[in-house]
Amino acid sequence: MNVLTRPTLSAEAFDVERIRADFPILSQRIRGKPLVFLDSAASAQKPRAVIEAMRNAMETQYANVHRGLHWMSERTTDAYEAARDAVAALMNARDRHEVVFTRNVTESLNLMAHSYGRGVMQPGQAVVISAMEHHSNIIPWQLLRDERGVELRVAPISDSGELDLEAFERLLSDGKVGLVSMTHMSNVLGTVTPAERIVRIAHAYGAKVLFDGAQAVVHRRVDVQALDCDFYAWTGHKLYGPTGIGVLWGRRELLDRMPPFLGGGEMISSVSYEKSTWAAVPHKFEAGTPPILEGIGLKAAIDYVQAIGYDAIAAREHALVVHALARLDAVPGLTILGRAQDRGGVVAFALDKAHAHDVATLLDRQGIAVRAGHHCAEPLMHRFGLESTARASFGIYTTHGEIDALADALVRVREFFT
Amino acid sequence: MPADTFDDLRDLYQEVILDHGRHPRHAHRLESFDASAKGDNPMCGDRIQVWVKLAPDGSIADTGFEARGCAISVASADLMAETVKGRSQADTKALFESFRELARTGSCHACGGTLEEPLERLQPLAGVHEYPSRVKCATLAWHALIAALEGSKEATSE
Repeated sequence: MNVLTRPTLSAEAFDVERIRADFPILSQRIRGKPLVFLDSAASAQKPRAVIEAMRNAMETQYANVHRGLHWMSERTTDAYEAARDAVAALMNARDRHEVVFTRNVTESLNLMAHSYGRGVMQPGQAVVISAMEHHSNIIPWQLLRDERGVELRVAPISDSGELDLEAFERLLSDGKVGLVSMTHMSNVLGTVTPAERIVRIAHAYGAKVLFDGAQAVVHRRVDVQALDCDFYAWTGHKLYGPTGIGVLWGRRELLDRMPPFLGGGEMISSVSYEKSTWAAVPHKFEAGTPPILEGIGLKAAIDYVQAIGYDAIAAREHALVVHALARLDAVPGLTILGRAQDRGGVVAFALDKAHAHDVATLLDRQGIAVRAGHHCAEPLMHRFGLESTARASFGIYTTHGEIDALADALVRVREFFT
Repeated sequence: MPADTFDDLRDLYQEVILDHGRHPRHAHRLESFDASAKGDNPMCGDRIQVWVKLAPDGSIADTGFEARGCAISVASADLMAETVKGRSQADTKALFESFRELARTGSCHACGGTLEEPLERLQPLAGVHEYPSRVKCATLAWHALIAALEGSKEATSE
């Protein structure tokens, strides 16, 4: 087995039972069995702090934001804008105005393809992605390519699921690449990409860098100043927050140069039929009533994660991944997709005797929830010669016992189909 | 852990389904055929291609398929090929409607009528009705077959 990149803190300090008690849903039984929720990479469960923050806002201080000259609106605006401060602090952003709220990562990436791709980049330039992207970091660039003649280049990965940095650099060497848009952690392979090195190489060739951090931000501290990247996208619902709120962080000077994405209320400075002018960032990119309650819930989620601390989370996850790889490797006929040295809590696998959908149905009967399918990454599946895999993914509430339950069940699933 | 862990799944994975899923009899391209169509389930990535050879009277002489999918989808394709052999196209379409109802609800109006005998053969697949996300696995091959008979090249079970 590979030696994984090791965090420094010990995993013993992590009190998983106390954390589990904070998540009301985890005490459920499914089909008469305790819920083993191993699908957090699709969407994570919510702690009571998030649920109560949102309910409390609805019960005591809710109105539309940024416009009402009344007590309720002012209180709600403060609470909503506190979420922006929390995001800026979480990411170590230089300026809170660099935090744009969207619906999800997909919208953040579409905003980038629209406003940066069509508004700043020129036809004949190129965008580089990797061979392990989610569809949401492929399709917006394909649409841009087909409409504006911006070339789309795909950096290859090794059989172990790691970015080929030499090939990546070759893709940039003609100086045509305006933007690198890459995952910071694969939602299938678990690979954490070498973000600092990607940025250094890209900047050397004059390209800006956008990271899809949908998975990474759940598992690692993301410091955009340390990474030195130019844009970073992530979403609330995978970080134990509500659905419907995503983040696009970007350098102020770049966001200032980009045209708006959606038009409407909130995003204007002045409007006339002849000419309208745009609000300053971030509001230029936030047309319409924003996800107010979701922002309040997101702040509670960030506070919750910060209270546990990323060092403890990363150490715990490392221990879980080591345990999962060892247990799953011992299941006969099981193949794990991707063997990156630096990886997070996502393990996709295939069983030789059973299709991923059949595996997922049998596991479900044991109360074990995994995802099965192409994980919105069809080109990556084909890279490994597969149509679908099952995927177990971990959150801060995942236990070693749950991973044991998965491994034991998989042995029986295989016997069932043999 | 007891050995009968998955006993309640025997409704879904009956022996006949496991058998046809593992060893399909009709999982091959036909050397000569009159119609063919692809079936695609974009949500889960299942794919199938169905080939049909017609008899001089227009009835179905033979059906073959190539599938990438789960045990349910392969077994359903195989049982379909077996069941529609020798049937008229109109009967086949009526059978599909009844089978779809069977897969969705676990029973069907025509199950006791003229289609009783062929539906009896498809009965092992009725268990999917308890697994809404798997119904499409059972119907994908049928969608492709009907598309082929109607002259289209592609079908989806969405």
